[in-house]
Amino acid sequence: MSEAVLENGAEAPGKQGLVDDWSRDKQVFGMPWGKAMMWVFLLSDTFIFSCFLVGYMMVRISTTDPWPNPSEVFALEAFGYPVPLLLIAIMTFILITSSGTMALAVNMGYRKNRKATFWLMVVTALLGASFVGMQAFEWSKLISEGVRPWGNPFGAAQFGSSFFMITGFHGLHVSAGVIYLLVIAFRVKNGFYERGGGNYEIVEITGLYWHFVDLVWVFIFAFFYLW
Amino acid sequence: MSDDSTQHPLKIYFVMWIGLFVLSSFSYATDFMQDGTLRTSLILAFMFAKAGGIVWIFMHMGWERLAFKAAILGPPVAIMVLIWLMSLEGHYVEGSRIEHYGESTFEPQTPEHH
Repeated sequence: MSEAVLENGAEAPGKQGLVDDWSRDKQVFGMPWGKAMMWVFLLSDTFIFSCFLVGYMMVRISTTDPWPNPSEVFALEAFGYPVPLLLIAIMTFILITSSGTMALAVNMGYRKNRKATFWLMVVTALLGASFVGMQAFEWSKLISEGVRPWGNPFGAAQFGSSFFMITGFHGLHVSAGVIYLLVIAFRVKNGFYERGGGNYEIVEITGLYWHFVDLVWVFIFAFFYLW
Repeated sequence: MSDDSTQHPLKIYFVMWIGLFVLSSFSYATDFMQDGTLRTSLILAFMFAKAGGIVWIFMHMGWERLAFKAAILGPPVAIMVLIWLMSLEGHYVEGSRIEHYGESTFEPQTPEHH
């Protein structure tokens, strides 16, 4: 990390730093290439999710049929009452918790505490897997109630297509993240990165992906479930 | 980034973590409010606060140099234009549907709870 900054020779902060970084005839971003590339990938993913959410906004505005009330559709019976968005709220808290354990894993990685990094990443992956499990439950519940991509009994047909597309694509990201986390966690445990001089930057890169999955959920929760 | 920026004390993560829990609870609480401008503004405010915290603290964007912040956070601004155009288009399509096909005759059922 510190070498990269020195190589870049860029110490000036703020706007002068921006000009310096771009005009030095050297690598612009003083960071490992893997980290910059993960950010570029996440930027492209941001555009994909934005297109889905904007598409959802467009069909929701343009349909003349009433939009199903997510507060009622996603309610679950608890203590004898229908509690709105109960499972969705639990899923939100689970994902936030997993982001917290991931942030700690990144920190432990930089401290070269391999054991703590491994366990924190495993906990993160388990929380992610439980999130996917609850999503599967949510999907089955909606499907059993007759929600389909082409129609549903509660309102506009576009509700189903947006729901399955957006949450499905997000769930796919979570599932891929769980696998990614476990692969990196076991490599940390096995000492794979000790061979490369004990550089645990990879934990931060994995963390970027995982936090992004949480970030996307923040937008889905606000626009799809609450709006 | 320098070494101290990647090894800052754990406190900031715990503060951020608790902050996300609190903000998420507030977000969830908006579901019990009456629909209206206030509810919509609160949904957006809590959403941006959470998103900002995740990007700035958990993803360490706050410690990156301006050249990098600009390269990653600049392009998504274009999405605002897409949102604006598609909402104009959406309202136009809705208007022409009502004009040509009339109001919806769909009779929704109320979901049952399990």
